[in-house]
Amino acid sequence: MQGATTATDEISQLEEIAREIRRTSLQIIHRAGSGHPGGSLSATDIVTDLFFGGIMKYDPKNPKDPDRDRFLLSKGHASGLHFTTLAKAGFFPEKELESYRKINSPLFLSGHAHPKTPGVEIASGSLGQGLSVAHGIALGARLDSRNYKVYVVLGDGELQEGQIWEAAMSAAKFKSTNLTAIVDYNKVCQDNLTQDLKDLEPLEDKWRAFGWDTHRIDGHNMQEIHKTLKMPAHAEKPRVIIADTIKGKGVSFMEGQTAWHGVAPSTEDLEKALKELE
Amino acid sequence: MKDGATRDGYGAALIELGASNPDVVVLDSGVSDSSRTKPFGQEFPERFFNMGISEGDMVCTAAGLATTGKIPFATSFACFLLGRSMDQILVSVAYSNTNVKLAGTHSGIAVGEDGPSAQMVVDLAYTRAIPNMIVVQPADWEEARQATHALAEYKGPAYLRLGRGKLKGLYDSSHKFELGKGHVVKKGKEVVIFATGSMLQESMEAMKELQKENITPTLVNISTLKPIDSALIIQLAKEHKAVITAEDHNKFGGLGDAVGDVLLENNIHAAFKKIAVNDQFAETGTAAQLYEKYGLSASHVVKAVKEVLT
Repeated sequence: MQGATTATDEISQLEEIAREIRRTSLQIIHRAGSGHPGGSLSATDIVTDLFFGGIMKYDPKNPKDPDRDRFLLSKGHASGLHFTTLAKAGFFPEKELESYRKINSPLFLSGHAHPKTPGVEIASGSLGQGLSVAHGIALGARLDSRNYKVYVVLGDGELQEGQIWEAAMSAAKFKSTNLTAIVDYNKVCQDNLTQDLKDLEPLEDKWRAFGWDTHRIDGHNMQEIHKTLKMPAHAEKPRVIIADTIKGKGVSFMEGQTAWHGVAPSTEDLEKALKELE
Repeated sequence: MKDGATRDGYGAALIELGASNPDVVVLDSGVSDSSRTKPFGQEFPERFFNMGISEGDMVCTAAGLATTGKIPFATSFACFLLGRSMDQILVSVAYSNTNVKLAGTHSGIAVGEDGPSAQMVVDLAYTRAIPNMIVVQPADWEEARQATHALAEYKGPAYLRLGRGKLKGLYDSSHKFELGKGHVVKKGKEVVIFATGSMLQESMEAMKELQKENITPTLVNISTLKPIDSALIIQLAKEHKAVITAEDHNKFGGLGDAVGDVLLENNIHAAFKKIAVNDQFAETGTAAQLYEKYGLSASHVVKAVKEVLT
């Protein structure tokens, strides 16, 4: 029973960290006056568990440690979430977040991330590239006989890009079992619902057919996220976790709305949002 | 001096690098027999990744490998490597500043019979316009071999433009290829020809013809198109009455524009003529036929030299 209690405590701690990350993400997007709140909020629980749930090993004081686990955010517009997470994980002081999306940003906290920022592996901004890059890193690990793992968070809209499926074929071909892709399946793109823009279903069947060890979870259930990310690697397949999420999760008036894809909250909206995230 | 295609010099260098540099890895997109990466794959199978016909995936995979300290040579036909992967090259290679070498074989209308969809004549314009990217086009087998070694040493994104057809040897192994340096192949007078890639061979032929009439231009090999050897261009332009550029590429965005920029920005006034594809798609035919019909053969170089002298 003791163990179960501890686990529950850990989960509620992670949930609190996720709330804190949501608050800060919205605050820095508000301060910047532009950004992408919806897709930051939907991926928060997944990213929180990766960084704070003991899933990834990393040393924020040594961000280039060759043995670090790698994190890539292929849906790079969720940079508010990315930078907030890196700051809270200790890669740089939280105060630096003030320069997010601002000219002369000392750590280059651009609208989409770039490796000049500590903890960022590759530039993003054009959807569809992250899975291939992550796979290249996974192949590098194999060449160097290193045991690190590569995690890449993909957007659901981004799965409309053909390159994702090129990379899916490649990783299966090379049996890159050290690669885990997590699809932030929030069902909402910039101007349309994903299903109306170009439907992804049947999504699990697609990934299975492409040779991936495929899992589907509730992307806001921390217990489920944690359990799935903790699973030992598959013997010969790369892994995909399709996480059903809600765009704008945690803020009632943002949830499921295309309108909150790429708009910063006003001061009034921010106050309302922060109250809901207390 | 060894005759051969620049793609063959590239393939030979990869084998040497495979033995001498454990970080060198090679990626291909399903054309490894034509692109000459296959022998590397046979010799070093664990460091060879044939990604299939998916150039964008190949380029980004190379970028990922580069972040782990590898030196990836991502290889395909120039038309597909650049044409299918411009966005991937911009974001994951150039902007991310990953140490990826892009090797595009079968460049130019010299590809021949496969036709205009396979004849890449805009790749110099593409790659020269990309920040962080350097651009190299060797003129023969030996220079291709040396340039490949030089790019493995150079840290940063690079485009290596290679050709399909056999070229006459211009250099032996005593030649020392230097990144960023032009090379004076023949010192003459009145006209200076800045040529790149296969156009060195055409220019050498033209020089023989012109010699008969006692016209002796200077011929320079510009194998690094970016950063271009401005100092040499300025010096030679000042010493000659006329400047000619020669390239198997569209007339916009390639060597001609690069040399023209140097002249204009340095206030050098000289008669100036570009030998290049005249902003059109060519057609099918042998390389020699296409060079004759589309203005790149030795006879056109002869004509251009005479024109700038009158």
